[in-house]
Amino acid sequence: MIFNQLTGLHQHIGNWPGKTVERAEGTLSFGNYTIDIIDLPGIYSLSTYSQEEQVSRQYIAIEKPDVVVNVIDACALERNLFFTLQLLELRTPLVIALNQVDSAENKGLMINLHKLEELLGVPVVPMVAPRGIGFSELLSKIIEVYESGDEGIPSPQEFGREIEQAVVRLQTEMQNAESKYPPRWLAIKLLEQDEEAKKIALDLNPNIGGVLEELTGEIEKLHGESSNMILSSERYTIASRIANQSMTIVSPPTAGFADRLDQVLTDRILGYPIMAIVILTIFYGVFTFGGLVSDAFIRISSELGLALLGLIGPGILFELLWGGLAEGVIAGITIALPYIAPFYIVMAVLEDSGYLARMAFLADVAMHKIGLHGKAFIPMILCYGCNVPGCIGCRILETDRDRILAVFVATFIPCAATTVVIMGLVGTYVGIEWALGLYVLDLLIILILGRAAFKALPGEPVGLIMEMPNLRAPVLEAAAKKTWFRLQDFIYSAFPLIIVGNFVIKLLIMSSLLQPIQQVMSPITVGWLRLPSAVGITLIFGILRKELILLLLSSVLGTNNLASVLTKAQMIVYATVAMLYIPCIATIAVLVRDFGYKRALAITLFKILFALLVGGLLARILVFF
Amino acid sequence: MISKSREEYLKAIYALNEEGEQAETMKIASRLGVKPASVTGMLKKLSDEGYVKYESYRGAELTDKGDKAASKIVRKHRLLERFLTDMLRLGKNNVHEQAGEMEHTLSDEAEEALCRVLQHPDLCPDDKKLIPPCNKDIPDCTACDGASPTSERDAEITPLSELKQGEEGWITFIRGGRSACQRLMDLGLTRDTPIRLVDSAPFHGPVEISVRGTKIAIGRGLASKIFVRVR
Repeated sequence: MIFNQLTGLHQHIGNWPGKTVERAEGTLSFGNYTIDIIDLPGIYSLSTYSQEEQVSRQYIAIEKPDVVVNVIDACALERNLFFTLQLLELRTPLVIALNQVDSAENKGLMINLHKLEELLGVPVVPMVAPRGIGFSELLSKIIEVYESGDEGIPSPQEFGREIEQAVVRLQTEMQNAESKYPPRWLAIKLLEQDEEAKKIALDLNPNIGGVLEELTGEIEKLHGESSNMILSSERYTIASRIANQSMTIVSPPTAGFADRLDQVLTDRILGYPIMAIVILTIFYGVFTFGGLVSDAFIRISSELGLALLGLIGPGILFELLWGGLAEGVIAGITIALPYIAPFYIVMAVLEDSGYLARMAFLADVAMHKIGLHGKAFIPMILCYGCNVPGCIGCRILETDRDRILAVFVATFIPCAATTVVIMGLVGTYVGIEWALGLYVLDLLIILILGRAAFKALPGEPVGLIMEMPNLRAPVLEAAAKKTWFRLQDFIYSAFPLIIVGNFVIKLLIMSSLLQPIQQVMSPITVGWLRLPSAVGITLIFGILRKELILLLLSSVLGTNNLASVLTKAQMIVYATVAMLYIPCIATIAVLVRDFGYKRALAITLFKILFALLVGGLLARILVFF
Repeated sequence: MISKSREEYLKAIYALNEEGEQAETMKIASRLGVKPASVTGMLKKLSDEGYVKYESYRGAELTDKGDKAASKIVRKHRLLERFLTDMLRLGKNNVHEQAGEMEHTLSDEAEEALCRVLQHPDLCPDDKKLIPPCNKDIPDCTACDGASPTSERDAEITPLSELKQGEEGWITFIRGGRSACQRLMDLGLTRDTPIRLVDSAPFHGPVEISVRGTKIAIGRGLASKIFVRVR
């Protein structure tokens, strides 16, 4: 949020190269300076367990930014300082942004800034980011630190004596070689048995392995614990000491409104109904709003189409320009945005208010049934709106295994466009119970496939560990900004594909390759799925935009009255296949970007085959109804 | 060395308590398949030897000494069940009885080695009940290597997943390997850290604890690996 407020609209969101970690960059001008800012992922520690930690640590140590801003939550001082101490060990010019001082005050926590600055040895700027307080002070301090040319002073804090001795000893072993990493930091990380640090250190001095073993052995004998635990404990001791010395509790924390609300939200009896109501309201709101806006856009676009037709006359040029390119853009605007944009806003609000964490808390048990944990609930919900942000959202899971499992399951969730197909076809012509039945079938499939994938994937599942942020009233402006930047990311990644795909299909139509394609596909469409051969085309179009699966049906079958050309069973089979088969092209793009070609291809192929299997089986079973 | 029959009784009382029931004479009798009169006789002996507190209308309650002994035998039983299921791949049906025979002759040394080779499991295979932790005075499983002698832990510890709302305590033991400990550590859950249970989700869902001034949600599985001594 601080990043967003600083950079305003001058922002760009992408990925760290080769990793599934979001990277946000921006610029701003302040005084005589142009400042480039990079938002590093929110992490708790600088170990090398997750990609987020690796990315941050490499960036700070190797790229050596001019200044690093450490954003600390004033309500969680002690725990945040654990991370601050690790940053200090990296010897980087640091400014501390002490955020949410208003919440801390409300809880009766008064923080003595001077004392904190003294104990840490770096400047501390108090802020209330959601209300825009403290930003100019922060920027001034950043400039100050930059101008003073400090190379990053060591923290005045030290570990216990035997640890410090071991650190110094390791430092001397490495002093003859040059390294980008500060020697003290390397020494500390070695004692923490950090794998990457070991590799770096062995490069500098191959003999260091023996010395390290000796030292860690001594420490472990003395303390009875492995050396990395001891270092963490010591760091926490220091953090705790600093926190106690710089903070006074004016009034004992009493259960404020936020706490009582929290209890209600996670209550045994009320929690789940409340969550269900919230989710249903969101869906209803988003779909209604989306529907209205979408319709409006569609009307505008047909006007534009007519205008263009009037301008350049019918013919190949019109077909290419309008049918190929423009319609692609329009598809994105009319279908994707009206649903995705409100979804993103809602997610941003849920996130900022802290309710999202409560949802993960309540959903954890259910997620375990498919081998994931509570945090996976969030991308799943997103997928009901659009699979693209849903699949991107799988990044919040910690391990690669969880991410791939989550994204695999997520692609089976029907997005808004697929819902259009299900409701528009089965819901309208066969009956709403059947349509809802398809959703239930979908959940069952997710359960079964999730468990199967869980058993098939190597590696251990990890349990839920998640910070529960304080409940806060969300600030709409901040949420809107966040939404805007995420939308940009979506537009840049998905739109080009939608447009190109649309263009290609248009060419196919114009070159009358459609008939032969239908012929080729008929063994599957007619023979196995028992559908009219024309649907071969619509299913292919569906790769582009799922709603085309329904919208084009009328044109290829030659009538708007679908009940006259399709039996109820055929409609159900068709909708089921639509729901389960290939992800839309934008989703495939995300899969490729985040997980690589091989896995994206594997998931896509599996889904196609699986959908065909289920569709064919249904076609035969439904005969009995 | 406690006799085999005493161990059976201690095990039964422990199991009844675990299920939230009082260890009344009739229940113990039906569980062990013996006459109520025998139960009364044995309970009196156990009471004299300091293992239980016995009141005829309330049933038996384990003393500290009794709880330690009961935990030990239950632990051996459940570790053996895990061993027979996971490593020897015996079907679940035979495992309970077989373990019930072997537990009495398993030495403490073998128990320790078993826990290590099974990589410190925390639930027994058939009914997913918690395997009681060992009583070594170590902060976590990485410090257990069989070579260095360790003293006995004297505090009574409870898994985080079984704390009641509002209960406070200090983290004393984390059952798990390096990566689990590391993750917990990064969020401030280290030895002797004071924590308070804020809430626990229904249906064996995650627990929410307050630690170092912040609230953290921990999945139930992970929470049953974190042991605290209650205030």
